Amino acid sequence: MTRLLSRFFPHPHLTLLLTVVWLLLVNSFSLNSLLFGFFLGIVIPFVTRPYWPDRPVLRRPMKIAEYVLVVLYDIVMANIVVAGIVLFKRNADRKPAWICVPIELRSPEAITVLAGTITMTPGTVTADLSAEGHNLLVHCLDAPDPDAVRDEIKARYERRLMEIFE
Amino acid sequence: MDQIIEILIAACLVISGVFGIVGSYGLIKLNDPMSRLHAPTKATTLGVGGVLIASILHSMLSENHLSLHELLITLFLFLTAPITANFIAKAHIHRHETPETLPPAGEDQKWATHDIPQDNPAAD
Repeated sequence: MTRLLSRFFPHPHLTLLLTVVWLLLVNSFSLNSLLFGFFLGIVIPFVTRPYWPDRPVLRRPMKIAEYVLVVLYDIVMANIVVAGIVLFKRNADRKPAWICVPIELRSPEAITVLAGTITMTPGTVTADLSAEGHNLLVHCLDAPDPDAVRDEIKARYERRLMEIFE
Repeated sequence: MDQIIEILIAACLVISGVFGIVGSYGLIKLNDPMSRLHAPTKATTLGVGGVLIASILHSMLSENHLSLHELLITLFLFLTAPITANFIAKAHIHRHETPETLPPAGEDQKWATHDIPQDNPAAD
């Protein structure tokens, strides 16, 4: 039974997400669009299954809400800081820096989320991953203290992602 | 009540406009390619986010129907913007950076962009 279920729902979270995305695209709720969304939610994961064989494990899905709130708060705060740098700091005083962030996350989905989070918070951009995936190369717009940026990324984002994914 | 709603929506639009223009100004002012990459990430977060919040508020409070289309724009932006930024950064690393100008990659020796298979003569 479970094998049959996992055969038709290789990614149950994706099925749910696609249904919700379809309902949002239609922008009104009806049984018709719910059923069609659910149909898409079954067909798309089924067809794309060969490209995504492993199901990401979410150990504590409830922590995702906390993570989203922390990231949104950081985006607003970092926006204000970066706007200050762009408007009021001379280029000569600004210290852009490459930093290397060692990561303990191993699942590709978790690393993708971490890299995306770093890019979306203004002031830091993920540029590259090391050859075996043990470090992230991050570029900072203004980092007088590169070690502090690295420690903040590890403490604020990576620790929470570890709780969610691993 | 109507006036409060309008002020709220206008405030969201003004905030997003300000961050959009600061992001664009950053593109001109910042002086190296990697730093310039930071400016658009700002415009896509608070800049677009403000407009979307204003739009949700307007449809909810003024037109009295729930419209959550806007959340999808945020979702798609958050999916695509980091990938675009990563591609531009990788192109920059290919063209302008060598393993010596980047910080060491720890136990993996190399960053993925510089990790070109040596037995392939075309890759040099």
